[in-house]
Amino acid sequence: MQQTRTSEPTGRRVLDTDAPYVLDVRDVRTEFQLEDGVVGAVEGVTLQVRRGETLAVVGESGCGKSVMARSILQLVDRPGKIVGGQVWVPVPPIDPETAKRRRGLFSRKKAPTIPVVTDPDAPEGMVDLLASDPEILRAVRGKRISMVFQEPMTSLSAVHKVGDQIAETILLHEPVTTEDARKRAIELLRRVGIAAPEKRVDAYPFELSGGMRQRVMIAMALACDPELLIADEPTTALDVTTQAQILELLKSLRDETGMAIMIITHDLGVAAQLADSIAVMYLGNVVEYGDLAEVFRHPKHPYTRALLASVPKLGQSRGRRLEPVRGMVPHPFARPSGCTFRDRCDFAQIGRCDVAPPPLLRDDDGHEVRCVLYEEER
Amino acid sequence: MKEPTMRPDVILETRKLSKEFPITTGAWGKQVGEVKAVTDVDLQIKQGQTVGLVGESGCGKSTLGRTILRAYEPTSGQILFRETDGSVVDLAGLSEKQLKPYRRSIRMVFQDPFSSLNPRMTLADIIGEPLRVNTVVPEAAIEGKVVELLTKVGLRPEYLHRYPNAFSGGERQRVGLARALALDPRLVVADEAVSALDVSVRAQILNLMKDLQEEEDLTYLFISHDLGMVEYMADEVVVMYVGHIVESGPTEELYDRPLHPYTEALLSAVPNPDPSAADRRERIVLKGEVADPTNVPSGCPFRTRCAYAQDKCTSDVPELREVSSGRRVACHFAEELDLRGLSELGAA
Ligand SMILES: Nc1ncnc2c1ncn2[C@@H]1O[C@H](COP(=O)(O)OP(=O)(O)O)[C@@H](O)[C@H]1O
Ligand SMILES: Nc1ncnc2c1ncn2[C@@H]1O[C@H](COP(=O)(O)OP(=O)(O)O)[C@@H](O)[C@H]1O
Ligand code: SF4
Ligand SMILES: [Mg+2]
Ligand SMILES: [Mg+2]
Repeated sequence: MQQTRTSEPTGRRVLDTDAPYVLDVRDVRTEFQLEDGVVGAVEGVTLQVRRGETLAVVGESGCGKSVMARSILQLVDRPGKIVGGQVWVPVPPIDPETAKRRRGLFSRKKAPTIPVVTDPDAPEGMVDLLASDPEILRAVRGKRISMVFQEPMTSLSAVHKVGDQIAETILLHEPVTTEDARKRAIELLRRVGIAAPEKRVDAYPFELSGGMRQRVMIAMALACDPELLIADEPTTALDVTTQAQILELLKSLRDETGMAIMIITHDLGVAAQLADSIAVMYLGNVVEYGDLAEVFRHPKHPYTRALLASVPKLGQSRGRRLEPVRGMVPHPFARPSGCTFRDRCDFAQIGRCDVAPPPLLRDDDGHEVRCVLYEEER
Repeated sequence: MKEPTMRPDVILETRKLSKEFPITTGAWGKQVGEVKAVTDVDLQIKQGQTVGLVGESGCGKSTLGRTILRAYEPTSGQILFRETDGSVVDLAGLSEKQLKPYRRSIRMVFQDPFSSLNPRMTLADIIGEPLRVNTVVPEAAIEGKVVELLTKVGLRPEYLHRYPNAFSGGERQRVGLARALALDPRLVVADEAVSALDVSVRAQILNLMKDLQEEEDLTYLFISHDLGMVEYMADEVVVMYVGHIVESGPTEELYDRPLHPYTEALLSAVPNPDPSAADRRERIVLKGEVADPTNVPSGCPFRTRCAYAQDKCTSDVPELREVSSGRRVACHFAEELDLRGLSELGAA
């Protein structure tokens, strides 16, 4: 049989709402200082991911999704600069031998120390990546938290065999032999659904199709059993059929390993397929945040509502006209005062929305919205 | 030569249209094979309607669109086009010179209309170019006509003397439409015209295309890999797989009750932005990838990925046949299979 009928409808995933955070981002700001001005790509983003949770980050292009995600692991391209905020993650265990290997054998640097946390709000057992020793970041990046990008070719090396690239990630973080690392690479390739992994382990990226390369990227990201996988538009460049394959793969890997996922996508359908919760971004801010089913059913922010009204839903657009948001995302240099969405918003109130940034309002169920329209409700 | 005949409501029809690209090797360009990008395509587009063309990438959608425009030379087959006076002409048989008047009637809109244009041309030049080349209006009247076109597609007349790099994706696509409409075409082939745009802007352009269709009595061939968008735009849908039409029919019927296993799988793969549907939905995940057009499988081209394939599928090519009014399918077992459409897939 060449086609699988996956599953029985998955049923709602039950999440442990008391599970500890694997990521706690607070008020992160990232800027690009360009010749003609400063672009505030991320303007104070706060969000959390619990163990095992899948969070979708959605929004139109240029709203800061990628820069936000890259800020977490300090992978922002130059001239981007993180200018504020905290990125709390569970304190990673550091094996001194591996750490030494990572630093290079002849480094005379001292063994890393966990920074003394002085912030009274510091969550227990967590460390702020933005304020800690680079060794901590190295122990987290690629091991506890790993990342998959839209275009695998930008993060895969074209001149190395895919198996060697996966093995290298393993060797960077774990005290294993080269041979064992290769064996694990084969196992990983099998796990992400690559046929004949014993052969493909010696393939170069250009010998693989787009869907297959994305599988390799996922295998590499999973190499060290991360607690959190950050996937930035992992299916955007793929066909729907291949996209469905990759989404199914992510689902089954997540259910197998219990890892958390942050999926970044501009496709609300992809978010609905995979995620438990959702953060909607607009011009560097999270404007709405909460349980995915709740946000889709009762969107609060005018931007979220407009986004949902802009997508033709299968079987539901017949005889109906789409009602897209008017205008377009403003240039980052022309960011409106007050609420950044106000010039496109049908509910904007002069004297209020243009005066100050709207407050962040949170209801009892943790559904957050950044809009004055909900101020009275409180 | 006897004039070919078409049903009176049809503006364009292809008959057994094929396009192969040779694969050559060595310094003498010895041909070692061919890419069968489009094979024996029979397509009908009714005047004033939108036909949606769907399929995974590499299925031959763009090649078909370009062959219809004679941007590619057809390998074989006919491209019948109805003129305004009602007569029918086979575009495939015309010389480049004879073709010239028809180049005004069929226009194309691309994914990024600017990528092929000189960045030092202003909008007035870009949109005015087809007018100038075809000397449709006197030079003095061109600017006025461009302003009219800009207004029609929702751009400000002040943009006339600006350069393309100052525009966003949505604005560029509006310019692409203005340029395509400059010569009052009757058929517009839109190849993934909105695929690169953000959702909100995409919806704006789709609505604009619908309005223009109404105002100008346009006919669209709307090429897209996005089944949601095609449902929104198209009256009829044609599904392609490695160069072959595997199914066609009126949009609602085809989405509600697909007859070809490939259509069923495509519909099932669309992630619907409705979390409750996502829960209920039984998905079919197609294994593997699109078959290789240089080496099309024997029998049914889809059989290597089909869940319902039987021995006959390897030995016999399923013909594209009409199974009920307006519905065509190329599958041996179309009548027996009870495939799931939108309602069964939990999306509608
Ligand atoms: N390398 C860069 N140089 C300058 N500006 C950048 C760079 N990368 C991103 N930006 C700016 O940061 C903003 C957010 O970009 P990004 O995070 O990539 O958006 P998204 O991923 O949501 O599409 C955009 O306005 C973009 O122009
Ligand atoms: N100019 C060309 N020369 C050779 N092969 C081509 C050319 N254009 C397209 N092809 C091949 O024809 C097939 C169909 O391509 P295309 O029509 O672009 O598909 P689609 O638009 O459905 O993605 C593909 O295998 C592609 O590689
Ligand atoms: S002809 Fe056979 S292989 Fe082709 S779609 Fe029908 S059942 Fe599947
Ligand atoms: Mg991005
Ligand atoms: Mg194409």
